[in-house]
Amino acid sequence: MMTTVKTEVSKVSELQLKDLYDGFRNPEVIQGFAKLIKEEAKKLPRPINIMEVCGGHTHSIMKFGLPQLMPENINFIHGPGCPVCIMPKERIDHAYILAEQEDSILVTLGDMIKVPGSKGSLQDARAKGADVRFIYSPLDTLKIAEENPEKKIIFFAIGFETTTPMTTALIDIVLKRQIKNIFFHINHVTVPEVMVELIDSRDEHVDSYNNRIDAFLGPSHVSVITGSKIYEKFPKKYNRPVVVAGFEPVDVMEAILMIVRQFNEGRCELEIEYKRLVSRDGNLKAQALIENYFEKASLFKWRGLGNVPQSGYKLRQKYSDIDAEKVYADILPKEEIEDHKLCICGDILRGMAKPNECTIFGTACKPSTPLGSCMVSSEGACAAYYKYGNLI
Amino acid sequence: MNKQITLAMGNGGEENNELITKIFYKAFKNEILEKSEDAAVIHGGELAFSTDSFTVSPLFFPGGDIGKLAICGTCNDLAMMGAKPKYLTCSVIIEEGFSTRELEKIVRSMKNELEVNGAIVVSGDTKVVPRGSIDKIFINTTGIGEIQKKGISSNAISEDDVILVSRDLGRHGAAIFAAREGIELSSSLTSDCASLTHQVQALIEAGVNITALRDATRGGVGAVLNEWAKQSNICIEVDEESIPVSQEVYGICEMLGFEAVNLANEGAFVLAIKKEDAEKALEVLHSFENSSNAVKIANVSQQYVGKVILLSSYGTKRFLDTPTGELLPRIC
Repeated sequence: MMTTVKTEVSKVSELQLKDLYDGFRNPEVIQGFAKLIKEEAKKLPRPINIMEVCGGHTHSIMKFGLPQLMPENINFIHGPGCPVCIMPKERIDHAYILAEQEDSILVTLGDMIKVPGSKGSLQDARAKGADVRFIYSPLDTLKIAEENPEKKIIFFAIGFETTTPMTTALIDIVLKRQIKNIFFHINHVTVPEVMVELIDSRDEHVDSYNNRIDAFLGPSHVSVITGSKIYEKFPKKYNRPVVVAGFEPVDVMEAILMIVRQFNEGRCELEIEYKRLVSRDGNLKAQALIENYFEKASLFKWRGLGNVPQSGYKLRQKYSDIDAEKVYADILPKEEIEDHKLCICGDILRGMAKPNECTIFGTACKPSTPLGSCMVSSEGACAAYYKYGNLI
Repeated sequence: MNKQITLAMGNGGEENNELITKIFYKAFKNEILEKSEDAAVIHGGELAFSTDSFTVSPLFFPGGDIGKLAICGTCNDLAMMGAKPKYLTCSVIIEEGFSTRELEKIVRSMKNELEVNGAIVVSGDTKVVPRGSIDKIFINTTGIGEIQKKGISSNAISEDDVILVSRDLGRHGAAIFAAREGIELSSSLTSDCASLTHQVQALIEAGVNITALRDATRGGVGAVLNEWAKQSNICIEVDEESIPVSQEVYGICEMLGFEAVNLANEGAFVLAIKKEDAEKALEVLHSFENSSNAVKIANVSQQYVGKVILLSSYGTKRFLDTPTGELLPRIC
């Protein structure tokens, strides 16, 4: 008897990562959903374009090869939801200049350091001698500040709603502990405003208001923070269904099926596929932190899309002392840098054009020298076309 | 190419290839070098000759240290050409202020690893440079080995071959990443750092028909397979599910957005073996602790020449690219 009990206990303690994801990557379940989607899609009155807003979804869709499992009348449009790709050159130049300051250490998250601005990328700045560090958690900035009391640590904050609370948690600690050598350059952006921009705004390049987005996949991680409520206006006001979905292949496949069923049943709703963590209201504590330190900037410029109203955060006026954009106002350039005139990122993001229809695709605009946001990281539509070419 | 050298140019992937071809191959161009094998084959095919420099942070990591790495690295490059490592040189550049005790510790583990390989250091050099000129210690080793089996080459893989890997992948890369500054991960993961001489000798002695071998260091198995696909003008079709990855490595990859096939190994190698000998090769490998989970991962075809494709178990496929850029965690 004793042995049996022991075995069972050790089984529980040996819960492996595999046990957590296996179900969500199960080949039979994926194939089962593929079959259901194909069946259901036969009833669709016309082909539909589904935009996955988030770069994380694009990554999953590409990594697991999901477009190959879709019937011909379901098409993915890869959205603008990669915080690195959409960073305009002006702001990358800010980071570059801040990093160049002799007494500064520029700290940012992961692949931000790869993206070129007009002076080069942060990697280039580092190669020229600037102190640029990437971290995994914003709170690691505290350790860097403690170890370098004579330096000014500038946290170049990026990301959508998911990463915003982590920045505000760092701000909270910096202010409460009265740490004097950490400053913030805020580049946090929000999802719903750019979705509105894509379906409801004029495209300067082609002089049209058109888009072919029929439905949205909402990123689950964003909604863990904000709740699903941020998407309520899309079915109501814009007649676009939204399904908030997880990032595993089974999640994405289930969400696609939910969208197709909405079309077939004549519904237009906000639904949650990622029920295991998303509620209507989200994480209220995180929302309060954001509200406390940030307010919306009237405009935020997106690479490839231009200025989008109310789509970015800035520090509230009373925190000017730690706001790098204010503290370093004298050295940070304010001139706008135009996106390349021939770049059609705006059209690609609206589903009006495919990457290979762009005249500079693969020539002037390549992953090593990206001109528009869609070519910047592997999550962008153009970069994916460039890389995977004949497999898509 | 960039005006300045960036870290991405040392990644073992695309930028690294560009740096080597545009600067070094251009200047040093010759027939032996252009074969771009793990070690040069010289002296009428009798000897293999290779060099490697080592820098790692932290110097002592779970599963090894820079000393062990410096011997394994060069000996493994020789082994990959079917050679038995014999003579090594050892060149050390040390930063002023470095601890003598740590240096002794590093040299001791070099000695141990030399014994494992049955090789000796026959010439050396030391330089001490002012504080700040380098990061603690850099080690270069160069080695000569006697070729036991001729004709092993990454330019000769064909549809008659299958591709095996000697063990679970990505351990060194993941262990170093978890131990480095800025990534606070607690993990019991150890590097796979080990000499491969004995495994290769056993394969040769068993008469396994080896086409090509390569240790999957920087850039991981992904880089090796892409190099092979290009060098031999073949398409390598990998069965994604068969790729052996430990739970710890998988966890680190999931958290940081890496793929195990792009992470460095220091004791894992890739084999191209004639189909009919695959079983025999696996049997030999399974008799060693370090390669007890060796497995077949891919077939060779002509579907997309010069490319590597990953086949999923649910019927989709994608290209496995040569890794690009510096290894950085994804944000979302």
